[in-house]
Amino acid sequence: MKASLFALALGLGLLAAPALGADTKILIQNFTFTPTHLEVKSGTTVIFKNEDDIPHSVVAVDGSFHSRALDTDDQVSLTLTKPGDFAYYCGLHPHMQGKITVLP
Amino acid sequence: MQEKNETEPSRRHVLECMIWAGTGVLWTVSGGIPKSLGLLGEADAAQAQSAFTFLQISDSHIGFNKAANPHALDTLKEAIGKIEALPAKPALMIHTGDITHLSRADQFDDAAQIIGGTGLDVHYVPGEHDLVDEGNGKAYLDRYGKGTKGAGWYAFDQNGVHFIALVNVVNLKAGGLGNLGAEQLAWLADDLRDKPASTPIVVFAHIPLWTVYADWGWGTDDGAEVLKLLRRFGSVTVLNGHIHQIIQKIEGNMTFHTARSTAFPQPVPGTAPAPGPMTVPADRLPHMLGLTRVDVSIGSKPLAITDTTLAD
Ligand SMILES: [Cu+2]
Repeated sequence: MKASLFALALGLGLLAAPALGADTKILIQNFTFTPTHLEVKSGTTVIFKNEDDIPHSVVAVDGSFHSRALDTDDQVSLTLTKPGDFAYYCGLHPHMQGKITVLP
Repeated sequence: MQEKNETEPSRRHVLECMIWAGTGVLWTVSGGIPKSLGLLGEADAAQAQSAFTFLQISDSHIGFNKAANPHALDTLKEAIGKIEALPAKPALMIHTGDITHLSRADQFDDAAQIIGGTGLDVHYVPGEHDLVDEGNGKAYLDRYGKGTKGAGWYAFDQNGVHFIALVNVVNLKAGGLGNLGAEQLAWLADDLRDKPASTPIVVFAHIPLWTVYADWGWGTDDGAEVLKLLRRFGSVTVLNGHIHQIIQKIEGNMTFHTARSTAFPQPVPGTAPAPGPMTVPADRLPHMLGLTRVDVSIGSKPLAITDTTLAD
């Protein structure tokens, strides 16, 4: 019990602070979605902004979302309403992956 | 070459044997188009082995204008200028993808206009940057998809060398590398089935078909399937782009080579936080952009690959 609580606390420690309703941003820098794991309340609009000098895109692993290619400083927003994990990757560089946990 | 129990081989079989003898034996000896080919008619003569040169350019990224090279259009023009100035016209050119930066019509137009200046027969494969139009690749296929299969793969022959153009930048999976897919691999197996092992093979695709550096996505998940199909051939040359620098290795009968970009350099694997465009001092840039020349000689020797930079 103690061990799993510790693991849970450690896991949460790696998360960005949960965004509560307001818009929140994921920056794409150095081929990395930052933060890589984000927790938001349902109904939050997440903005992905590309700060690299190469285009990236945002594609849902489940196929529910596919952004256009984002050139430098382009952004795309997405409102998440379905509780659970939203896993995504870059359609141009699929080794780039991220996850948003949507809380009810 | 005679099969058991066949005392009177068909005329077709005789011809096949002669072609094989012509390509497999005569070219290693005489170094030219064998005279006996006159018997075989023009169609077969066109497939005869003879020395020729072809070029590779890659990653022209027309539309790129960031710090690493604000003038990607001009550096492509420089590369093409070097080709136009060659004393002998190469047989053909391949472009290993990322023709454009963002798949825009004007970017495709600019690239086509500049590259067209060579007057060469140019064989393209797409890079991931060529498939990000609204139609997810329609812009590329409308221009370069004629006579190709699937997402744009195809094969052709030049002077007895079999060229295979593969597409490994569609249907990329989360967490994965480049991807060819089952349909393309089945097509390739079929394409190679009847080819004698003596046929020199040149295979090209945008992303390296072998794993250069997985952390940066520099490899192809099912690339090993291609290499398996090619293992029985005596001479295999694998040409790629995508990584904007030269990496070469030789394994048995297979030579692997990646070309420089004409637009901007990228870091050596693992030497930077990310594989993006690398900004170098302006006077260094021409030394890091360039093109590749491949000389096909007669016989089962590996093809001779020479890279030149815009500074040469
Ligand atoms: Cu990307």
